[in-house]
Amino acid sequence: MIAPGITDAEIDARHRQLGRDAEEGGYHLNPDVAFTRNLVRGLLVNEQRYGYMACPCRIAAGKKEEDLDIICPCDYRDPDLNEHGACYCALYVSSDVIAGNLPVGSIPERRPPRVERKAARMSRSTGGSIKTAYPVWRCRVCGYLCAMENPPLVCPICKAKQDRFERFL
Amino acid sequence: MKMEHVPGTRKGTVVLYALSTCGWCAKTKALLKEIGVDHSFVYVDLLPEDELEEALQEVERFNPHGSFPTLVIDNRKVIVGFREQEIREALR
Ligand code: SF4
Repeated sequence: MIAPGITDAEIDARHRQLGRDAEEGGYHLNPDVAFTRNLVRGLLVNEQRYGYMACPCRIAAGKKEEDLDIICPCDYRDPDLNEHGACYCALYVSSDVIAGNLPVGSIPERRPPRVERKAARMSRSTGGSIKTAYPVWRCRVCGYLCAMENPPLVCPICKAKQDRFERFL
Repeated sequence: MKMEHVPGTRKGTVVLYALSTCGWCAKTKALLKEIGVDHSFVYVDLLPEDELEEALQEVERFNPHGSFPTLVIDNRKVIVGFREQEIREALR
């Protein structure tokens, strides 16, 4: 009822793929298989519902421009891994957690509240305050910077899509 | 907004705002069941659009971050996130 049309096989396949991608990038999925599979199911539900993998532990607006920061992996994953050893959903965990040196728990929400996000969207700076030969773009997922007319279609470091880039300089 | 009622021992009015896709929400829901407390819950992500906005505003009144799970006891005590000890103590 909660996940119509999503099969165990689909969850397994996505779980494996996310696990591979994570390890390749130096990240780790939560080793608690039941918990993690449930989150993967949530990601698949959201992908079906919204057309992108919105974070399963946050309410999506259903408008991509407003949800860009919470498309998994979200903008908040890395700061949360640094500070708490896990992302907000605990889909991704740090190597300290994998080694058993750090427990995983529910952590505070780093994403700003709706009103603040709205204000930030209204006043979003377009960058370009410093004169450079090329604009500099920043990947909001992994922090990769590149100086080009346009950001790449896919981040060469973390594979985030072009719309996750912001103008940095 | 329609809530689902889970019967149990009454410890006041216990309301859980949750998402159907979220891991910590599932754990919180399971914990309430385990404790056996009478409560209501709503999966905010499954609500129709107009009710969803109403629910979000309600959650934001108790928890300005509008995050999930948000547990509200007697319209006063608010527990945000899966805080097992805190929830057990509040519902003792
Ligand atoms: S909190 Fe974790 S699961 Fe949720 S979007 Fe961020 S990285 Fe993905």
